[in-house]
Amino acid sequence: MNRFLLPLSIFVVVVGFLGIGLTLNPREIPSPLVGKAAPEFSQPQLYDQEKIFSSNDLKGKVWLLNFWASWCNGCKTEHPVLMDLAKSGQVTIYGMDYKDQRDEALTWLQRGGNPYSVIGVDEVGRVGINFGVYGVPETYVIDKQGVIRYKQIGPLYPDTVEKKILPLVKQLESE
Amino acid sequence: MIPEIGHFALILALCVALVQGFLPIYGAAVGNSSLMAVAKPAARTQFLLVLTAFGCLAYAFADKDFSVLYVAATSNSQLPLHYRLAAIWGAHEGSLLLWTFILTLWMFAVTLFSGHLPETTRSRILGVMGLVSVGFLLFMLTVSNPFERLIPAAAEGRDLNPLLQDPGMVIHPPMLYMGYVGFSVAFAFAIAALLGGNLDAAWARWSRPWTTVAWCFLTVGIALGSGWAYYELGWGGWWFWDPVENASFMPWLAGTALVHSLAVTDKRGGFKVWTVLLAIMAFSLSLLGTFRVRSGVLTSVHAFATDPKRGLFILVFLAIVIGGSLALYAWRAPKVGLGGSFAMLSRECMLLANNVLLVAAMGSVLLGTLYPLFLDALDLGKISVGPPYFDSVFVPLMVPAIFLMGIGPLAQWKKASVPDLAKRLKWAFGVSLVSALTLPIVMGNWTPLLSLGLLLAIWIVTTSAIGLRERLAHVNGNSLVERLASVPRSYWGMLVAHCGIAVFIVGVTMVKGFETEKDVRMNVGETASIGDYTFRFDGTQDVVGPNYTAARGTFHVSRDGRETTVLYPEKRRYPVQNQIMTEAAIDPGLLRDLYVSLGEPIDDGAWSVRLYHKPFIDWIWGGCFIMALGGALAISDRRYRLAWRRQEPAVPVPTRAARRKVA
Repeated sequence: MNRFLLPLSIFVVVVGFLGIGLTLNPREIPSPLVGKAAPEFSQPQLYDQEKIFSSNDLKGKVWLLNFWASWCNGCKTEHPVLMDLAKSGQVTIYGMDYKDQRDEALTWLQRGGNPYSVIGVDEVGRVGINFGVYGVPETYVIDKQGVIRYKQIGPLYPDTVEKKILPLVKQLESE
Repeated sequence: MIPEIGHFALILALCVALVQGFLPIYGAAVGNSSLMAVAKPAARTQFLLVLTAFGCLAYAFADKDFSVLYVAATSNSQLPLHYRLAAIWGAHEGSLLLWTFILTLWMFAVTLFSGHLPETTRSRILGVMGLVSVGFLLFMLTVSNPFERLIPAAAEGRDLNPLLQDPGMVIHPPMLYMGYVGFSVAFAFAIAALLGGNLDAAWARWSRPWTTVAWCFLTVGIALGSGWAYYELGWGGWWFWDPVENASFMPWLAGTALVHSLAVTDKRGGFKVWTVLLAIMAFSLSLLGTFRVRSGVLTSVHAFATDPKRGLFILVFLAIVIGGSLALYAWRAPKVGLGGSFAMLSRECMLLANNVLLVAAMGSVLLGTLYPLFLDALDLGKISVGPPYFDSVFVPLMVPAIFLMGIGPLAQWKKASVPDLAKRLKWAFGVSLVSALTLPIVMGNWTPLLSLGLLLAIWIVTTSAIGLRERLAHVNGNSLVERLASVPRSYWGMLVAHCGIAVFIVGVTMVKGFETEKDVRMNVGETASIGDYTFRFDGTQDVVGPNYTAARGTFHVSRDGRETTVLYPEKRRYPVQNQIMTEAAIDPGLLRDLYVSLGEPIDDGAWSVRLYHKPFIDWIWGGCFIMALGGALAISDRRYRLAWRRQEPAVPVPTRAARRKVA
């Protein structure tokens, strides 16, 4: 090959990679748990503290687990999105109230509405640790076999729900 | 109204840039001198237009006009005026405007100092710069407009990132950009030469001062950024191999190689093709740096808001500019010829080796910064490449480069002989080796790296001394002063710049070898010692700044019972962005820095505190400034001043010629 073409060829390769790089999100942290079985838990429920919310009850279903807290700002952003998603009835959302005060959590739900079918209480953050939660909000899509198939760090946006969550849920439902 | 004037000025500037980019280059191709003559006035008009836009944005900041989106996003009514003005380049849109402004400033400079260039060359150079400017103006006007309005206006601005509210940050970006964009001149020279097909020694002689000036600015810019990181980030490091630091370091390495390669092309007519490639590389790396910072391809403290549209625009722009020039290079360079021949052992060869090492170092930095992206793009996982990689690759490449740096200036052009060089250098080598081995023992801590560092530093200084002595023997003059004065300034420049490297190496070596640090919990009235120094913590006070509140600690530092200094580190809180900043307090000195930064409050007025003793650290930045000073000396050389004066008769104004005769 002509040696004068060498710089150009190297550059073309670099541009190719930069182009691919543009489509990637460098802030996206891959979760080692995606593709693995979701950690089991059984926690007291928020509304009825006598009852237990257990991951074993959800085998055979496709469901969303959303970690949230009344003190978290991102949760406020994502709340309307969750409300819409719950209303659409396309997937059941379960909540995990993470390191929170019960009365504040209840006030918060009263004000903004409750998108969750059941909410567990993770007062000390034990479940959070098992799931590898970096910070709230975080949302997990879990399939019929109880395997985590997707993890969203930070708030859900209508766009992510439309393009990622719902298609994935549909696909998992049909599996 | 004022922001609209600015916006309009940018649109006009784009029109002018289009004219400047196409007509003169076409004119040069077909030999139409009236089309070529467009270049100069167009460049000047463009400069004035962008200056107007810049002034309008500055006015909007000074006037606290929060109906301008960019002003509202990066300043605040509580922000002092000088930081409001510095906020012009505090985020994406404004720094692009600064970049473009500096580009037109360089263009303007080219129109002033290019009287001695043939008209075809000058019009091609300005045309190429105009094309680069088209890209940047389009980018601003389409996806990054600094004058975009915010209707209704914000009541209050979101404030400048507190990290940037610092004197160092006020001048760091302009300096860096002067360097980055300055390489566009060398780049334009190279492209003009490729277009014209004449790459001679004269071409190199013209490019040299421009490249050196840009290199000086870049050196100072990088040093300022590094110094800022040292005192602003609060943990005493001075270089982090952060992707964006690397983005400025790579053009520097390529630029350093270019400066040396131009010297060979100028003096011996050699390395022509290589020099052209380096000129393209230096500017391409500057552009690539901008792309990587602005496009969100990587995360870093420097990365501003990311927007995929912007990223795509810059990528396409890069592909056109760099891809186009490399294609032009592949097409035209074979015709240029390779230049004079030289022996295996000659100054040319050593400069070539130095070039190869610098470029290899640049390549390894590039690889290290892009490697995570490569892996991610190939879906092989996410990793980050850290200092251990860079340190272990960089040092082995720089050691031979610096060793050659000592020999190169003493070797003859074309053909040198080993016995001769060995005879002239044996003292320098002996002195360096002995002192490098014994000095660390005297200082009480011998490590191989410490000795190596000192060996290199002393080697540079001793070989420079020998070079100067031999030079003095060959110049005319009776007294020493007279002979010193008749050594050309370009030679002084080289010596000074090389000694700057030595100073820099001493700084790095001593800091690595002898720094001490302590993380301690200190109660009020308690003392802690590092080295010979004792720090007494006298508690914190609350202070109020213009746009922040702070806890300010008081530390009395003493040595052998005598008070050395009092240091006031601060922990500041900027309420607008709710950010906490650590302001370290530093007592700088020629031989050591004392550095205190506040960690976290614990209880009862106690704080966690970091204390550092950093010997010779200021030599790191001192070395950089000395290098830049060397560059400045080199361009003040007589032959450039002569060239500058010689151009005057070329100006076809009869009255001036008449006045000359009378004078």
